[in-house]
Amino acid sequence: MNPDDPDAMRPSPEALLRSATREGRGRLKVFLGAAPGVGKTYEMLREGAERQREGADVVIAVVETHGRADTEALTRDIEILPRRPIAYEGHRLTEMDLDAVLARRPRIALVDELAHTNAPGSRHEKRWQDIEELLDAGIHVYSTLNIQHIESLNDVVASFTKVRVRETLPDHVLDDAEIEVVDIPPDDLIERLKAGKVYIPDEASRALNHFFSKSNLSALRELALRRAAQAVDAQMLDYLRSHALVGTYAGGERILVAVGEHPGADALVRAAKRLADALRAPWSALHIETPREARFTDAERTRLAANLGLAATLGATMVTVPARSVFDGLTEQIVASRATQLVLGKSQRSWWFELRHGSVVDKLVRQSSGVAVHVLPLGESGPADHGRRTPVPERWQDYLWSLIAVAAMVLAGRLIEPLIGYRSTDLLFLIPTIGAATLYGLRKGVAAGIASGLAYNFFFIPPRYTLTIYEPENVVTFFVLIFVAVLTSQLAGRVKAQAEIGARSARENAAIAGFARTLGGLSEQGETARTVCAEIARLMDVNAMLLSRSDGALVITAAYPGAPELSAIDNAAADWAWERGEAAGRGTGTLTASEWRFHPLRTALGTLAVLGVSRSDAGNPVPATRAVLFMSLVDQAALAHERLKLEDDMREVVALKQRDQLRGALLSSIAHDLKTPLTAVTAGVEALEAEPDSAQLLSTIRAETQRLRRFFDDLIDMTRIEAGAIHPQPEATDLTDAIASAVHDVKGAREGRKVRLDVPVNLPLVRTDPSLLHHILINLIDNAAKFSGEGTEIRIEGRRERDGLRLAILDQGPGLPPGREEELFGTFTRVEGSDRTGGTGLGLAIVRGFSEALGIEAHAANRSDATGAIFSLYFPQSLIIRPKEQPLGK
Amino acid sequence: MASDDRAILVIDDEPSIRLLVLRALDRAGYGAIEAPSAAEALRLASARRPALAILDLGLPDRDGLELIGPLRDLEVSVLVLTAREAVQEKVAALDLGADDYLVKPFDTEELLARVRTCLRHRQAARGEKSRIVLGDIHIDLDAHIVRRGGEEVHFAPKEYGVLAELARHAGRVVTHQHLLLTVWGSAHAQDIEYLRVAIRALRRKLEADPAQPRLIRNEPAVGYRLMEQE
Repeated sequence: MNPDDPDAMRPSPEALLRSATREGRGRLKVFLGAAPGVGKTYEMLREGAERQREGADVVIAVVETHGRADTEALTRDIEILPRRPIAYEGHRLTEMDLDAVLARRPRIALVDELAHTNAPGSRHEKRWQDIEELLDAGIHVYSTLNIQHIESLNDVVASFTKVRVRETLPDHVLDDAEIEVVDIPPDDLIERLKAGKVYIPDEASRALNHFFSKSNLSALRELALRRAAQAVDAQMLDYLRSHALVGTYAGGERILVAVGEHPGADALVRAAKRLADALRAPWSALHIETPREARFTDAERTRLAANLGLAATLGATMVTVPARSVFDGLTEQIVASRATQLVLGKSQRSWWFELRHGSVVDKLVRQSSGVAVHVLPLGESGPADHGRRTPVPERWQDYLWSLIAVAAMVLAGRLIEPLIGYRSTDLLFLIPTIGAATLYGLRKGVAAGIASGLAYNFFFIPPRYTLTIYEPENVVTFFVLIFVAVLTSQLAGRVKAQAEIGARSARENAAIAGFARTLGGLSEQGETARTVCAEIARLMDVNAMLLSRSDGALVITAAYPGAPELSAIDNAAADWAWERGEAAGRGTGTLTASEWRFHPLRTALGTLAVLGVSRSDAGNPVPATRAVLFMSLVDQAALAHERLKLEDDMREVVALKQRDQLRGALLSSIAHDLKTPLTAVTAGVEALEAEPDSAQLLSTIRAETQRLRRFFDDLIDMTRIEAGAIHPQPEATDLTDAIASAVHDVKGAREGRKVRLDVPVNLPLVRTDPSLLHHILINLIDNAAKFSGEGTEIRIEGRRERDGLRLAILDQGPGLPPGREEELFGTFTRVEGSDRTGGTGLGLAIVRGFSEALGIEAHAANRSDATGAIFSLYFPQSLIIRPKEQPLGK
Repeated sequence: MASDDRAILVIDDEPSIRLLVLRALDRAGYGAIEAPSAAEALRLASARRPALAILDLGLPDRDGLELIGPLRDLEVSVLVLTAREAVQEKVAALDLGADDYLVKPFDTEELLARVRTCLRHRQAARGEKSRIVLGDIHIDLDAHIVRRGGEEVHFAPKEYGVLAELARHAGRVVTHQHLLLTVWGSAHAQDIEYLRVAIRALRRKLEADPAQPRLIRNEPAVGYRLMEQE
């Protein structure tokens, strides 16, 4: 990288992010040993005690002293938290009490044996997951680890010690850990072992005798020291990057590992992970779906799933491609992912197999340029490979049809034999042979071939009606028929399987695309949640639900097919997925006792929801073969949620902006409309003091206070509309009542104007909120009075119209500016030059706000019969109440 | 005018409102006493046994609604002052036994009119008036006979039930709920359409112009009021 390049001096975002996450998070310190007995626990306790002497708050969360006196002595001065008892199949086990440690919140917690596997029923499967939680809570953790437990070194260690440990630790746990190697020379360790100072479980002691050889211990020691050095390297590199002191960066490397069903493929995955770590390069695990997969045994399927799962756990990007052969899939993907390093396994197959199929490795090395190919030997096929295959259902009808076809050819042969001679009739028998092989597969094809051979022999080859063959060329015919059957059926079978995989892959791609398209068309949260559940349930054949946070608790927002009952453990798993943004529940590493598997819908805006899936038969809801499809669906669902959230936020911003504008206008209106009457009232009162008996002044004061009162009413109404605080309580309402009350209540304002009612008494009742309707009518009548002179008439009409009902208020004022009728309903819109009439301009905005809340359509127009305006309210059919049977009694 | 010799109790925590109401009552010839809090109001009510309490619901020490029951127990009529938009509060007050309500801000004239109605009803309740005259309409509650301009008017049973209930509370608001419960029973307590239909029938038979009712006045979302002719 060019040091003059400004980008080179800038800290890399990932590195900054990583150090940011580290802040506030606890630090993990690992005491790493080459073998049991080197004194890791002792060293950890000694350092813990030291920190405590320095004043730190240290507790022992879990420590195994194995009865060693010097180790036990060290625990005496440190607070020991009680462990949590767990009953499991009659045994009483104890585990670290994670919640107790979290509640206790020490500065430093000592947790022995980092690679430990928790007893079933614990929150996490592995202790390192417990420790991650402690670290997240800001607690520093000291822990111990033997080198052979590190996932990526597991194979290396097993290769020379011949001991494979079951409990492994993912490498990433150590990524940010401080590693201290507890090191004693191999001779001393053997000495301690002989003196009985090393704790070894009885059942393991025989196997371990070999383990503790000097050469093994030396190798392990070297590994431990190298791993510690590697960690320091990585952390140094991180530091350099986040402080932009980068000198060189080996960029551009991309590693691809082909993962199959072979027994040793897990070693391949670990090797790829090591390579990726060493090169600090991204890596992908490639699963090539070939037609052969259809014929996998159950053991092979399980192994494939496990291998893919391991790659995912170790941090690989997962890629699945359907292809005709491994070779095709690989070459295609090397180009697609621009891989630079390829990790492959070479199985120890028979020379016969390689002769037939060619070696993938040889072909690749010959054909791909620019790619470094790492070839590792795969373990030989175990006996499990000859295990049960999922049987292809045999239908005896298929045999029958094959034989009938042969019989038909015999008949056809006899018919045309006189014309062409018996020798050419053999070709006829190719028809049933090829037909059966293509349609029904290998066995029926061979059966048809044999039957054809025999029938030809019996019915056509002289001597007829015997199975004896005299001429050698007839023997050839017989075998050719069988050979054709075998060849055809194999070809047909392969084409069929390929077509099936292609079709399945196309179906899955179509499913994902369809899913995305369906979600893209939705714009409402609840509907989206329901669709996500229904679609995922359909595509994955599972029960599905979505949960999201509401008032501090996770609640189910949608479920398919029905709302499930969740147990405490299910809820804990859902919470975990939400809080940590990681999968939890059935088939994951966390809270596996849950019946559900929960996946967070993670987006750039954080986790927006949690998707839960389960199977009714309590099986794994996401089998390995469908994991890739499932993750694509989860991604799509997360995207849809993110889009909706963004749209919502956008709408909120727009609404806020509008509200802000409204508030500004309201303030200026208050300044004007409040001050004017107040000035008049003040002046009036002052004049009264000087001139105590003036009816004129008093009536001015009265009018102005009335105006103030109306204004306050308007302000309150408008504030309610603005705050969205209108909750209509509709009831059967008689419009005669509503109009009469409104006319009564605007008595003062309409002084000097005649109100004429033209409302038939038999109009149907409407379902509406009478108080809100009252305010609407008051404002409309008031408005009509304001804009028309004294002595004019205000007419109120009620009519059935279309399926609904229209109320109209007609005045004899100057009318409305044409084309601006609808604008009138905006806040503070007033007809030009109308200031003299007083009033806030809020009135029509209130009419609009309340009408919308009630589902009434408010319109303004000019009268067609005279000058003046019409303001009308249209009650659609849904608001009309059809008259019930007269409930008045006899 | 003040035919009851007992005082009117004004309960409000705003001194200026108390002053104005007291002045108005005083001018109209009523004797009035005042209480700024619920505690003081209850003390005065039991000590002085006023005829009527004008009760503001927004009191500092207690919700005014809680005072209605105790006041009724002391045979004090209650006129409630409420804010304009508080429909539920009005209905609650009436259901708890308040005689009427008045919306703030109110006109002094309106206040005095309501006070008069309340006091008149106190007297009427004592004598259980069975004949009610509203202009040219005569209602005889004992004989179940209604005459309009001398002619007998016939009603369906439910219609008459509503009219009788309104007549018993003439001048005061009767809530929808109350009318439905007393006339139709609890099974139809929510069927306000029944009431609307009955009111229409009553208006058709009793009002001069059923489209502009003057006799049976609607209080939006609260109830109906049979208007007395003053």
